[in-house]
Amino acid sequence: MENLALTQSLLYLDGVAVSFDGYKALRGLSLTLAPGEMRAIIGPNGAGKTTMMDVITGKTRPDEGVVLFGGTEDLTQLDEAAIAQLGVGRKFQKPTMFESQSVEDNILLALKAPREARATLFGKPAPDTRERIDRILETIKLTAHRKRMAADLSHGQKQWLEIGMLLAQDPKLLLVDEPVAGMTDAETMQTADLLREIARDHSVVVVEHDMDFVRKLGVKVTVLHEGAVLAEGPLDQVSADPRVIEVYLGR
Amino acid sequence: MLQTLLDKRTLIAVLLCAVAAVAVPILSLVVPPSSPLHMPPYVVALIGKYLCYAILAVALDLVWGYCGILSLGHGAFFALGGYAMGMYLMRQIGARGVYGNPLLPDFMVFLNWKALPVAWWGFQSFPYAALMAMLAPGALAFAFGWLAFRSRVTGVYLSIITQAMTYALMLAFFRNDMGFGGNNGLTDFKDILGFNIQSDATRAALFSASAIVLILALLVGRFLVTSKFGKVLIAIRDAESRARFLGYRVEYYKLAVFTVSAMLAGVAGALYVPQVGIINPGEFAPANSIEAVIWVAVGGRGTLVGAALGAVLVNFGKTVFTGALPEYWLFALGLLFVLVTLFLPKGILGALDSLKRKPAPPIEPADADVAPKIAG
Ligand SMILES: Nc1ncnc2c1ncn2[C@@H]1O[C@H](COP(=O)(O)OP(=O)(O)O)[C@@H](O)[C@H]1O
Ligand SMILES: [Mg+2]
Repeated sequence: MENLALTQSLLYLDGVAVSFDGYKALRGLSLTLAPGEMRAIIGPNGAGKTTMMDVITGKTRPDEGVVLFGGTEDLTQLDEAAIAQLGVGRKFQKPTMFESQSVEDNILLALKAPREARATLFGKPAPDTRERIDRILETIKLTAHRKRMAADLSHGQKQWLEIGMLLAQDPKLLLVDEPVAGMTDAETMQTADLLREIARDHSVVVVEHDMDFVRKLGVKVTVLHEGAVLAEGPLDQVSADPRVIEVYLGR
Repeated sequence: MLQTLLDKRTLIAVLLCAVAAVAVPILSLVVPPSSPLHMPPYVVALIGKYLCYAILAVALDLVWGYCGILSLGHGAFFALGGYAMGMYLMRQIGARGVYGNPLLPDFMVFLNWKALPVAWWGFQSFPYAALMAMLAPGALAFAFGWLAFRSRVTGVYLSIITQAMTYALMLAFFRNDMGFGGNNGLTDFKDILGFNIQSDATRAALFSASAIVLILALLVGRFLVTSKFGKVLIAIRDAESRARFLGYRVEYYKLAVFTVSAMLAGVAGALYVPQVGIINPGEFAPANSIEAVIWVAVGGRGTLVGAALGAVLVNFGKTVFTGALPEYWLFALGLLFVLVTLFLPKGILGALDSLKRKPAPPIEPADADVAPKIAG
């Protein structure tokens, strides 16, 4: 039932269209994510994967279509900050953090807490702030580097710091764009483990090219092609689909 | 808490200002003119002027150094504060003007005006004028920021429209019918709070007031930038969209810091005018705002104390230089900016920091066997 899909889903996209100067990056994209679900999105370059994340996080306004969060919130009417405050966290392909600030300040800035200027200027931090930061630093193995500037971290440590920032945000939904691009095989597998751990108590959408990585995740896969869903299902089923083979896997 | 607020540098700067606030009046008023230690009144006024520039530089550093907003229009806020003070000083003249009109300043009598324009009401009161010296620039900054930051104008475009803002104000203030004295501006002040504005004692007092306000500006600035609010400002400077995706309303943070900074610049202008004895539309000149940016760049942006230091040093240089080769000051300033950009990109204090900061020990490569584990 259409309505059931709408009200019971954490994320609901229907008929989303985006065009840039006449080029249609998304054309009628529909996708439903259940609470607690982890989903992998694959598709050739230019399929519209990043644009989809931009639409969900409020960076890009769709020309058409429905984007609902938690069955009620219309994300097309909200800006980035409001959507983040609703509980949507995002990790970019290239690690992005606040390079001139310390590792622990990066976590502090991400930590779920009031975001208004008044609160950050005059508000007292929650009593468990330090404890929460310590726990996250422990998890991402950066406790020893907490005072170090983020810019001084190695590439892998930066990836972990950004994942730590996502954890600190404690979002209901995590959008992760090509997390293993430029990683070694070992790092790729570690990151898969990490995301699976996170997916135990968060809903996650992962965009990725790397098939081994997607296989390791072992979740339902959505294939995007030319701005719309081409196929959806378990990886084995999807990769046997002749249309998918033609546009993507076969090449 | 106090230690974060008063780091070593701020402490030194605050102590220096405090010593100056006490010592300069003594050297100028108590030490007899025959003594080599005596400080002549013109030197007092000159250093007082530097301190006003230093306050402006601290204000500019708050928005540029910490939030990445390169304002090329801060001179406008400074000038507006100056005009507010100038209007108070004009109204203090009363019937002692050339035309002897008890209510209207001379230029209005000259223009054949019969009544005091509404904008001038209330300026006979010092507290009102002092309030306006902050509120007028604050309101302009708020309105400007509301439009610019909400439409997400950033970078070069923002800098250009701040230049346009100060330029437009300059043209407006040049007009006689604006009611602010046209191109002559406001001058011939007689007294401030009942004290003769020309007297050595008043000059010394204005100097001390400037030093104290500079101390306050540094403390308020440190309070802002060491709080979590300040960390958000730096986050916006370094990765604005990341800050947005973390849920921070970037436009309101910018608006807040821009408005506070403009008010501080207004206070600097208000202290400046009684010490130099004149305010005219030239203070809105785009070049003034650009000079202020150079002071901050020279001292080290994002350091507050460095901005103040840069303002004092560059203006001292300007005094010396313009004494010798007045025509070439702008070239010298341009050259200074190029040299600082090339050789001291973080300014004087930034360079000191890099000298002190030991090279970071190499980071051991992430251990391949221990992937970070998520606590359940
Ligand atoms: N801001 C933009 N302006 C113009 N074209 C864009 C913009 N963003 C994306 N596109 C175009 O939209 C298409 C989809 O891009 P994207 O979503 O980044 O693909 P993917 O992430 O799947 O590789 C590409 O052809 C890209 O060139
Ligand atoms: Mg992409």
